[in-house]
Amino acid sequence: MGWLGRPATETQITHRARLWLYAVAVLVMAFLVLPTLIVIPMSFSASQYLEFPPREWSLRWYRSYLASPEWMQATATSLKAAFLTMLVATPLGTLAAYGLFASRIRFGRFAFALLVTPIIVPVILVGIGVFYAYVKLKLVNTLAGIVLAHSMLAVPIVLMIVTSALKSHDMSQEMVARSLGASRPRAFLLVTLPQIRFSVATSAVLAFLTSFDEVIVALFVSGGNNSTLTRSMFNALRDQIDPTIAAISTIMILVTSLLLALAQTVGQPRKRE
Amino acid sequence: MARAAALPIAIRQVTKTYGRVHALDHVDLDIRSGEFLTLLGPSGSGKTTLLMVLAGFTRPDHGSLLFGEEEVVRRPPHKRDVGMVFQNYALFPHMSVAGNVAFPLKLRGVPRADVGRRVEAALELVQLGGYGERRIDQLSGGQRQRVALARAIVFEPRILLMDEPLSALDKQLRERMQIELRRLHDRLGMTTVYVTHDQREALTMSDRIAVINGGGIMQLDQPQRLYEQPANRFVAEFIGESSFLPVERVPGGFAHAGRVLAIQSLPAAAGRHLLMIRPERLQLLGAGMGEGLNLFDGTVEEVVYQGDSILLQAVLASGARVAARAPATAGAMAAVPRAGEAVRLGLGPADTVILADA
Repeated sequence: MGWLGRPATETQITHRARLWLYAVAVLVMAFLVLPTLIVIPMSFSASQYLEFPPREWSLRWYRSYLASPEWMQATATSLKAAFLTMLVATPLGTLAAYGLFASRIRFGRFAFALLVTPIIVPVILVGIGVFYAYVKLKLVNTLAGIVLAHSMLAVPIVLMIVTSALKSHDMSQEMVARSLGASRPRAFLLVTLPQIRFSVATSAVLAFLTSFDEVIVALFVSGGNNSTLTRSMFNALRDQIDPTIAAISTIMILVTSLLLALAQTVGQPRKRE
Repeated sequence: MARAAALPIAIRQVTKTYGRVHALDHVDLDIRSGEFLTLLGPSGSGKTTLLMVLAGFTRPDHGSLLFGEEEVVRRPPHKRDVGMVFQNYALFPHMSVAGNVAFPLKLRGVPRADVGRRVEAALELVQLGGYGERRIDQLSGGQRQRVALARAIVFEPRILLMDEPLSALDKQLRERMQIELRRLHDRLGMTTVYVTHDQREALTMSDRIAVINGGGIMQLDQPQRLYEQPANRFVAEFIGESSFLPVERVPGGFAHAGRVLAIQSLPAAAGRHLLMIRPERLQLLGAGMGEGLNLFDGTVEEVVYQGDSILLQAVLASGARVAARAPATAGAMAAVPRAGEAVRLGLGPADTVILADA
C-alpha cells in the first residue's frame, strides 16, 4: 500500500497520518445519508408493511403508486407548484440581490435581513402565519397559495446564491457598458447576467426543490385537489403505514439527487485552461 | 477611422460633497475642442470624481457641465456618447475581442456589415488587427489595454475619458503606450480627458495639465510652464523634484541668507515667498567658476549614485538643505565631491524661481 506513505498535502502529511480523518469523514457521510437510503430497499419489498430488510422483492408498490389517481394528482400538484415557485422566486430573488448589491441605500442591509427571515424563522411559524392570512384572502388549498408561500421560502435562497455570485463579479464592467451606450437594464442583461447565469441556474434548481420537498407549510395551506405530494405522504403515514410511501420517497430522492447533481455540474462555470 | 468632430467641455462651479468632505469644490474648467487635457493629482484629490462627473456616473450637488453648447449635467451615462477607458480595463470576459469592440456599435444599431469592418479598423488602429476571435483571457495586459481602447473609440465619440489606463502596465510598456495614446489622439482628434497621478506621464502626453488637490484646481497650464513656473509649493512638490529655500524681500527683488538673487522674472504677488530649486538645474562648480550665476556654498552631506545621474545632498552655509543632480558622465563622476567636502553650486537667473509660499 504505497499510497499510505505518500504525502497528502504540500506540508508532507502522509495519507497514513490522515487515516483517522478519512474514517471520520466516511462516518459522517454515512450518518447523513444512510437514514435516507434505507427507504430504497424497503420500497422494493413485496410485504404489506414497511420492513427492513425486505424478505421478498417486488415492484408492486411502484405499480400501486402509478395506478393511484390520488397520488398522481398530488404529484402533478407538487410539480406544478415547484415549477411555478421557480418561475416566481428566481427572477425576484435575482433582482433583489442585484438591487441590494448595486445600490448603496442605507437600509440595504436591513432589507437583506428582512428578505432572508423566512428561512431563519421556524417554518411552522411561517406555516401558521400564512394559514391565517390565507383564510382571510381565501387562498387556502389553492395552487396560487402554495406557490406564493413556497416562493417566500425560495427567494432567500436565490438571494443568497446570486449575491455571492455578484460579490465576485466586477461591477465596473457594467459602468463600461453604460458609458458605451447601454441603459442600466441593458447593461445588466448583456453584461452582468450572462456572467452570473450559472449561479442563477443553480438557484433556480434549488428554488424548485425548496417547493418540491417542502412539507410543513404545505400541511397548512395545501389540501383537497391541491394537496402536494409531501402533504399526501404525511397523511398516508399517519393513516396507514404503506410501502407506497417508500416507493414515492425513492422516486423523490432520485429526482432531488438528479436535480442537485444538475445544479452542481451546470452550476460550475467551465474551467478555463 | 476618420477624424471625429471634437467637442469643447465647460465645467462651471461643479461641487460634490460626500458628508463633510468636498470631493469637488466649485470647480471651473474649460477644456478646448480636440485638446489632450490631463487631470493630475494625488489619490483623494478629486480628479477621479471630476472624471466621473464628466462620464455621468456622479451627479454633482450643483454646477453645470456643457459638452459644446449642450447642458449634460443631468444626462445619464449611456446618452452622453463619451468613450471611456477604465483603470482595470473592465473587458467583458464572456465575449471575444471582436464582441467587446462591437458592443457599442450594436447598441447604436449599426448595420451588421459595417460592424465587422469598423471593429477590424479599430483593432488595426490599436495594432491588434486579426485578434478579433481571441478570448479575453488569452490576452496580455498590454493587449487588454488596447482592446479597451479600441472599444472606447470604435463608435467615434467626440470625447474620450481615460482613468489611469496605464497604471497596471509595467514601466517599459507604459512608456510605449504613452507615446502611442498620444499619437492616436492626434490622429483621431477627439477631446481627451486623462486622469493620472503620475506626473511624468502627464508631462509626456498632455497639451495642458490641471493639477488638482483638495477638490480644486491648483494650476492649469502647459507641461513646460507647469514645471518651470509652478503656481505654488504644492504644484512644485507634486511635479518633479525640488528644494525650497527661505528668501527675504529686498528692494527690487529677493535675497537668500543676505545674498541678493539674480532673478529673470519676479513674482507680482505680495506675501511670503520661497526660492524653488530643481536639482538638475543646479550646477556643480569648480573654484573660480560661476560668472553670472547665483552661488550657494555648502557642505556635501550625501552622494547617491542612481545610474543615469548622481544625486547630491548639501547643507548650505545658511543651514538650508538642497539637492543637486548631475549627469553620470565619466568626467562628472570623477569631479563629484565626497560627503563632508565643501561644494559650490550655481543657479542661472532663468532657473531661479520665486514662489508664493501658500
